[in-house]
Amino acid sequence: MTERTRALMQGNEAVVEGAIAAGMRFFAGYPITPSTEIAEGCALRLPQVGGKFIQMEDELASMAAVIGASAAGVKSMTATSGPGFSLKQENIGYAALAEIPCVIVDVQRAGPSTGLPTSPSQGDYMQARWGTHGDHPVIALSPSSVQEAYTETIRAFDLSEKYRMPVILLMDEIVGHMREGIELAGRGEVKPFERQTCADTAEAAKPYKMRNGELAPRMTPFGEGAFYNVTGLIHGEDGFPTNDHGIAAAQCMRLMRKIEENEAEIERYETAAMDDADVCIVTFGGTARSVQAAVETARAEGIRAGMFRPVTVWPFPEKAMRSICERVKKIVVVELNYGQMKLEVERAAAGVCEVLHIGRVDGATFTPQDILNKLREVAK
Amino acid sequence: MASRLIETYMRQEHLPHIWCGGCGHGILMRDVAQAIDNLKLNPKDVVIVSGIGCSSRAAGYMNFDTIHTTHGRAIAFATGIKMAKPRLKVIVVTGDGDATAIGGNHLIHAARRNIDLTVVVFNNSIYGMTGGQFSPTTPTGDMATTAPYGSIDPNFDIPRLAEAAGATYTARGTAYHAAQTIRLIENAILHEGFSLVECISVCPTYYGRKNHKGGAVEMMKWQRDNAVPAAKAKTLRPEELAGKLVYGELSCCERPEYTQEYQKIIEKAGGAER
Repeated sequence: MTERTRALMQGNEAVVEGAIAAGMRFFAGYPITPSTEIAEGCALRLPQVGGKFIQMEDELASMAAVIGASAAGVKSMTATSGPGFSLKQENIGYAALAEIPCVIVDVQRAGPSTGLPTSPSQGDYMQARWGTHGDHPVIALSPSSVQEAYTETIRAFDLSEKYRMPVILLMDEIVGHMREGIELAGRGEVKPFERQTCADTAEAAKPYKMRNGELAPRMTPFGEGAFYNVTGLIHGEDGFPTNDHGIAAAQCMRLMRKIEENEAEIERYETAAMDDADVCIVTFGGTARSVQAAVETARAEGIRAGMFRPVTVWPFPEKAMRSICERVKKIVVVELNYGQMKLEVERAAAGVCEVLHIGRVDGATFTPQDILNKLREVAK
Repeated sequence: MASRLIETYMRQEHLPHIWCGGCGHGILMRDVAQAIDNLKLNPKDVVIVSGIGCSSRAAGYMNFDTIHTTHGRAIAFATGIKMAKPRLKVIVVTGDGDATAIGGNHLIHAARRNIDLTVVVFNNSIYGMTGGQFSPTTPTGDMATTAPYGSIDPNFDIPRLAEAAGATYTARGTAYHAAQTIRLIENAILHEGFSLVECISVCPTYYGRKNHKGGAVEMMKWQRDNAVPAAKAKTLRPEELAGKLVYGELSCCERPEYTQEYQKIIEKAGGAER
């Protein structure tokens, strides 16, 4: 194992380094602001480690190529922003149903539509959950620092391989373009989760068969003689399509359950100054940086404020949120959108405390002062 | 009793297939399997990729590593598979709508890259799975459920489209000319680079019925009587070729193959020893 190294880098660059440390060896992408540095970084870095980069003809193709490469056994990633995230949705749903591990990075920018391409936003929070059609589980992780962009990218790959599903790294322009000092793992230090395969050919031919106590069915890569089918149609254990309602129900429920039953393991959040807090600010991603500063200043003024920051933003950490709702007087959700995570917080609160909201949809970010003003008002 | 080809290369537990009686796709799927058999490819080295539509159901019946993808995206999925494991023979089975309408962008860009994929287009001149809408290959003037007064859309010549975009091997076969079509698919698989074989199918259920082409037998007879070998077509004047179907190898050239070129990038970047 080599020594850890310190480096000054951008969040987008940290995603590339985290992905390589996690074992990513294929990236397919299409240029889009503010995620392009991820594609550029992969084009430079992947061939240095024997991996491959391809610039595809569009966002749909990038997502498709990533799924294809993963089916062939190579850890794969793509990166985009709002408009491209919309275009990828059909194939993200395919990866969810066909259970093909992969990581999709969405460096959020202000929308809707082409919106404000160079400005930050957190307007894709609900799209990350509901962007593709049908019921399916979602894991989305949202880092708030460059260091966390690195470590959460590694975790995104591990979760995707462990649960055999697409995982979304929900970045925002703030974290994507912010430069900070970070610590990179030494070579050999990161122990990535490796996909579970079947050595026995007859068993490998059933890539959707659950085996006792396992989190997801085992999947042997293409090219090893397993000879199974992969499809976006509802399918049986061998991957062949079926219209059988019983099999359809069992398969869809299994997909949902593999996440529902393991939420505690997938969940990650940060709490700050919450022990005696009267008011809790709920936030995520880059917005948390302004919130942290505001909470510190408010505390100095005697306002008992704290912060709750989901890192795993999907599934939403409902139980932890609920227990906070039972302890505080007021909650203020701070996010760069019109009120998306607020809906999840309200659902968790279920009326036990007041849930207030400050959002922005103008492409500007919150200053600590904006949040402090709200805290002073709420504390009155 | 099932033939040796079926026993070896088909998922018998999932037969019979869902295609309509008289559909040409079963013959064409057999042609793909026969080409693989003739070349004595190790099935472990073959991946069949398909999109959405009648043609694309072929992947599920064939006993290889198979992936039935999203509408239009088969070639993009195949690109990822080939990049991940270049030793694999990646064969895309797609249809006229899948490959040239919703998937047209992927077709031309894979051809431009000259990535070593073999694309076999089962062209039935119609959207069959959805019940008979006109496709980019429905001849102008023909009827379809979405062209109740006759189509005003000009139609694509798929091999010419692929060749213009950079494909280094293009050919056309038909459901009737099985022996020749098998040979063309073999050549396409052996060709190092992007290859495309358009296989003219028959769809008596939708295209044939809407356009009074008769049943499957009449439609196959039409192929027999109106197909002109490519070599002979070169000696004929355009007016003599009007209404005819030119089949055989249409273009073949050499150009650097994409995954081999990428290997050079890895060597240049110093990643080859890892």
